[in-house]
Amino acid sequence: MLHFTIRRLVLAVPTLLFISLVIFLLLDLAPGDPMASIPLTVPPEVKEKMREALGLGEPVHIRFLNWLYQFFVVEPQVAFDHIFGTDFAEGKQRIISFQSRSPVMSVVAERMPQTLWVVGLSYIFATLIAVPIGIISAYRQYSWFDQLGTFVSMVGFSIPTFFSGVLLIVIFSVTLGWFPSIYDTTHEITDWPSFWFQVRQMAMPVFVLTLYNAAQVSRFMRASMLDNLNQDYVRTARAKGLSERVVVLMHVLRNSMIPVVTVIALGVPNIFGGAIITEQVFQVNGLGQMLITAIYASDAPMVQTLTFIFAVLIVLFNLIADIIYGMLDPRIRYD
Amino acid sequence: MKLKTALMGTVLGTVAALSMAPAAFAERGADGHVNIIYYQAPSTMNPYLSGGTKELESASLVLEPLARYDETGAMVPFLAESVPTVENGGVSEDLMTITWKLKDGLMWSDGTPFTSEDVKFTWEYCTSEGGGCSQSEKYNDVVSVETPDDLTVIVTFGVPKPFPYGPFVGAQAPIVQKAQFADCTGEAMASCTDQNFAPIGTGPFVVDEFKTNDVVSLSANTNYRDPMKPAFATATLKGGGDAQSAARAVLETGEFDYAWNTQVAPDLLEAMLAKGQGQLVNSFGTLVERIMVNLTDPDPALGDERATAAHPHPFLSDIAVRKALSMAIDRALLTEIGYGDAGRPTCNVLPAPEIYKSTANDACLTQDIEGAKAVLEEAGWVDSDGDGIREKDGVKLSLLFQSSTNAIRQDFQAIIKQWWEEIGVETELRNIDASVFFGGDAGSPDTFQKFYADVEMYANNFDGTDPEAYMANWECKQAPRPETQWQGNNMPRFCSEEYDALVAEMAKTGDINERAEMAKAMNDMLMQEYVIIPLVDRGRLSAHANSLGGVILNTWDSELWNAADWYRIKE
Repeated sequence: MLHFTIRRLVLAVPTLLFISLVIFLLLDLAPGDPMASIPLTVPPEVKEKMREALGLGEPVHIRFLNWLYQFFVVEPQVAFDHIFGTDFAEGKQRIISFQSRSPVMSVVAERMPQTLWVVGLSYIFATLIAVPIGIISAYRQYSWFDQLGTFVSMVGFSIPTFFSGVLLIVIFSVTLGWFPSIYDTTHEITDWPSFWFQVRQMAMPVFVLTLYNAAQVSRFMRASMLDNLNQDYVRTARAKGLSERVVVLMHVLRNSMIPVVTVIALGVPNIFGGAIITEQVFQVNGLGQMLITAIYASDAPMVQTLTFIFAVLIVLFNLIADIIYGMLDPRIRYD
Repeated sequence: MKLKTALMGTVLGTVAALSMAPAAFAERGADGHVNIIYYQAPSTMNPYLSGGTKELESASLVLEPLARYDETGAMVPFLAESVPTVENGGVSEDLMTITWKLKDGLMWSDGTPFTSEDVKFTWEYCTSEGGGCSQSEKYNDVVSVETPDDLTVIVTFGVPKPFPYGPFVGAQAPIVQKAQFADCTGEAMASCTDQNFAPIGTGPFVVDEFKTNDVVSLSANTNYRDPMKPAFATATLKGGGDAQSAARAVLETGEFDYAWNTQVAPDLLEAMLAKGQGQLVNSFGTLVERIMVNLTDPDPALGDERATAAHPHPFLSDIAVRKALSMAIDRALLTEIGYGDAGRPTCNVLPAPEIYKSTANDACLTQDIEGAKAVLEEAGWVDSDGDGIREKDGVKLSLLFQSSTNAIRQDFQAIIKQWWEEIGVETELRNIDASVFFGGDAGSPDTFQKFYADVEMYANNFDGTDPEAYMANWECKQAPRPETQWQGNNMPRFCSEEYDALVAEMAKTGDINERAEMAKAMNDMLMQEYVIIPLVDRGRLSAHANSLGGVILNTWDSELWNAADWYRIKE
């Protein structure tokens, strides 16, 4: 297993380098100008000077190599300095956002908490809810519980978050006044009332995202359980006299988890991608909102860095999913 | 007698003060917290690094210029004692120098004195090589800034400046602190993140925390020049979402006190207002949604000479066609559909300030489809083959109408297309992503400067109140063409010696009334040639809570220009 992991990690390096090149070229070839959002009252000569100050005058390969150096050498050094108080990165150029002229990584660090709180928490909730629902729905197929579960997941699946989000705001913020419609990212939890405020402001976005994610996972779980419940080994287990509890939760569940683990693991990078629409609706201003504003503003360094981080996470979680397979099913061996 | 007069004076003064400013009795910070929402979040607090409105306006809470424009467009001194003019001797007779006197005893928010050195440094900062200062145009032609003493600034220009209020005036050109930014000139401008995110200013508020593209937390400046102001102890400027959610947060849920640019469908706003939490404020500036008419031929077959003055347009070079296109449009209906209270129909490309506003073209306010048809008939454009499209000498009136991607613009395009087809002009529509259309990339065929179409629609305005530079946009030499790398603002490629002469004369004239006459004449020339078809004078529409007092919406400067005077209305 260790061999396998190391081999996969080594193989990931060229893959990621290639991905970074493709992202870079795509962004470079895409039409769009970081100066386009500046009012027309600013004359073109001035815009040209501003473009030069952003380093857009350099040829493509120089800019790409610069970015690689900054991403793989300077930024880790900055992080290292930050933790150990050293000064390796002193005076070195970091990856700078075109919009704010501030280091991209510090913006990422600033945005991470609200994204993890809201999107991460909703993902955990969704998984915790969806797995039991999937199991019960499959075990009691066509019961009222199964019908209800199917209905709720269809609703969650088919109603877009920009609709359910606004609907919740209209009901709970405008009419009832229970929850704030705008997320306060500066809020700090210091005592019980401030914790309660955090719960209230997270309630709606977390609910919207939980419904959406749970719908997906519970359907997968149900389908996978149904596949396994009719297998011969289940009859054997029952014939041996094992209790239903052991049959379902030990035998069937373990086998059914294999495809579901892939779905769950590959969904984790999406947490870091934020939830573009939901973040926009509730003004959570996390990583998703940052990505979309960067795209609109043609902020290439920021889009490049963020998409590349997602690429790294996707490769990583693919590997993690593969390793978990091996744990769930001893027959799967990679060596 | 003397004593009596003095006493009376005091009494009257007190009475005046009482009735004038209810907030003046509150102490600084007595009114707690104010919440402001900008649906486009500011990305930096340094206006010299971004030309965007959201950054200029949020920075205006902290940084101040020597003088600002008020809601009528008049200049009011902020950091300066008074506004220098030729009459008061502040501007030299030859219009080459302007002398600003600063208010005495001003402090930066960090408690250090504000001096003329800071003003001089601001000029050096913005014009330093390699910095890419977005407002460097404001400092055009400045050859020196002298500081004979701590309170005097003498700005010398290289050419006569009839309107010498570019440098250090308005939200675009505020003063930054020398001590803070001394190491941030030139290429270092961008890397000074801490300074750019939390500049030290003289304004009513101080940045406590800045989260880029998200939120700014501010608190009252303890060294602000008026000891009673600002009334609010802290302020939050939140960004993100869209115009509708911003309007909702003020008008429906009451979470926020002020929302910037609540440009939402008029019927939705109506429903939100019914909640009774807040109100809308509007004000008009110089922003005009217009259609530009291409006087050159955009035919792809022309290769490098496409859309250049070498080939006049096959039918738009005929004034009758241009006139008919303008007559067929119902501007009042467009305004109602697209902008509601935030717009009004206009027949001028220069709609304001009042003294520059021409009334010579107001006939365009009424739609005249029949008249437009008659104009075309008379000029020989007839539909001879019965396909509904007029033609003459084998040239069909068939045009390509482009604009940037934007819901309101696409509505406008569709409606205008209908009217034009009614008068026998075939219209094909096209929309281009704003970042490409306005991007100015000389390599792209889709920019508004290249204008590879017959007509195009967008909005433009000018900073401040002086239209000299704006009207100079339509000089011959401003036409975008290969020699200028397709830069320039004269999209119609309009070229008239008479017009150029007026531009040159205006640049030499100091008298405000004569300048107004010239600007009007230029506006009328463009309108009567129908090279620009103005549609809607677009104002600003913002919302504030009923409990927020002192809001005066200003389109000539930052909307937050008088945030120091805002206060909480007590029940």
